[in-house]
Amino acid sequence: MSIIKILSTAKRVLSQLSHDPRTVALILLVPSILLTILKYVFQGESRVFDNIAPMILGIFPLIMMFIITSIATLRERTIGTLDRLMTYPMSKLDFIFGYALAFAGVAFAQAVLASFVVLGLLHVTVLGGTLPVIISAVVAAFLGTSLGLFMSAFATSEFQAVQFMPAFILPQLLTCGLFVPRDHMAKILQWFANIMPLTYSVDAMKQVTDHVNWTSDLTRDLIVVVSFGVVALVLGSATIKRRS
Amino acid sequence: MAETVIQISNLSVILGENFPALVDVNLDLPRGKVIGFIGPSGAGKTTLIRAIVGRQSFKSGKIIIDGIAAGSPKLRSQISYMTQELSVYPDLTVTENLGYFSTMFGLSKADSKKIVQTILSTVEMADFKNQLVSKLSGGQKQRVSLAVALIGSPPLMVLDEPTVGLDPVLREQLWELFRQLALKGTTLIISSHVMDEAERCDDLVLIREGKILAHDTPKNLIASTGTKTVEQSFLKLVGKTK
Repeated sequence: MSIIKILSTAKRVLSQLSHDPRTVALILLVPSILLTILKYVFQGESRVFDNIAPMILGIFPLIMMFIITSIATLRERTIGTLDRLMTYPMSKLDFIFGYALAFAGVAFAQAVLASFVVLGLLHVTVLGGTLPVIISAVVAAFLGTSLGLFMSAFATSEFQAVQFMPAFILPQLLTCGLFVPRDHMAKILQWFANIMPLTYSVDAMKQVTDHVNWTSDLTRDLIVVVSFGVVALVLGSATIKRRS
Repeated sequence: MAETVIQISNLSVILGENFPALVDVNLDLPRGKVIGFIGPSGAGKTTLIRAIVGRQSFKSGKIIIDGIAAGSPKLRSQISYMTQELSVYPDLTVTENLGYFSTMFGLSKADSKKIVQTILSTVEMADFKNQLVSKLSGGQKQRVSLAVALIGSPPLMVLDEPTVGLDPVLREQLWELFRQLALKGTTLIISSHVMDEAERCDDLVLIREGKILAHDTPKNLIASTGTKTVEQSFLKLVGKTK
């Protein structure tokens, strides 16, 4: 593993994005716009919005990074660049961490902007303050990136890759406690939710919303999400083959 | 005969369930020559190339490059591989592409800049260095991909169909470049399904249906088959003509 190769891979991924300003604009603005719409959807019940907006801040970065990373790495596999890189003096982890780093940076920008919109412009109060919100959002994005890297190995076309989002992320979204408190769901779904990473990402945001201090549950949630991310990265690197 | 750089013995590759892509291939390839892997599409050229660069796993046989087994990490800085796909980033500029790949060789920033510049003029792409690859023509894209293969001046370059679809002038230029590289001691393996390119190689490997039909210099091949061109020799060896 080499820091220089990780950094140059991250820089390369960001340069690719910078030549595609529309994608950058979509990544940065879509979460903020959707959250603003949601605010007015719940115009009559602003307390509902106050409750769910922070949770959504823990979900958006994950979903967007998942889609972007799975497409980006799938492309890398199909245009031959990964084939070429794997004959180079480069470790697979240089490649994977380069991607993770680049998208964590993008996620950071996205999270800062969305948090500013939600907390500043839409006047949602979170007791825990802005910084833990941003940290939790970036951690969620890191998980999205790792899962995207891993899942892209199972897609042979872009059609398949984009459908991994509804297939793989939506079940987690339905059961994570955003729509219904988790203890109101069927037992089997509670079990499912307990082993799924998105649950912990959403839970982290709940902790930040409801508690002034950094809670031990918040620490646990973030550790769970990061661990899932690391495991997915390691599995993702195992799906990149030097020889096939 | 020049010194052997690649030794392939009893190499067999099965692709998928049961497709014999290569059958008991034995080859000794010389150093510092332009070696052509010539044969029709689907003959096994790419599989043989992938095996040499270490991307293809195989059940039986051995490939030794400079005393080291193919696919060994030690060889990674010694071999460059240009795949049949574009294998550069269409959404980066020419310079960004070369800059990124050059960091893999641990070059300093200044060195890498200098080398990138030299390579760009070698492949005559200096005028397009700040263009996005996606905006370039097919031949220009191919030259960018070739430029990436030149980074790090590897002693062995493996180019999978580098001249396919190029105009005659550009093809001529590239063959001139290959010749110069070989004169400096680089070993080049170049695959092609175009027979008239075969005559430009120092050493020819004719491949068909996963088997080596012949391995000789173009001159000897033409002489031994009693034909006038490599294409005729190939057809004769296949048994399609008398």
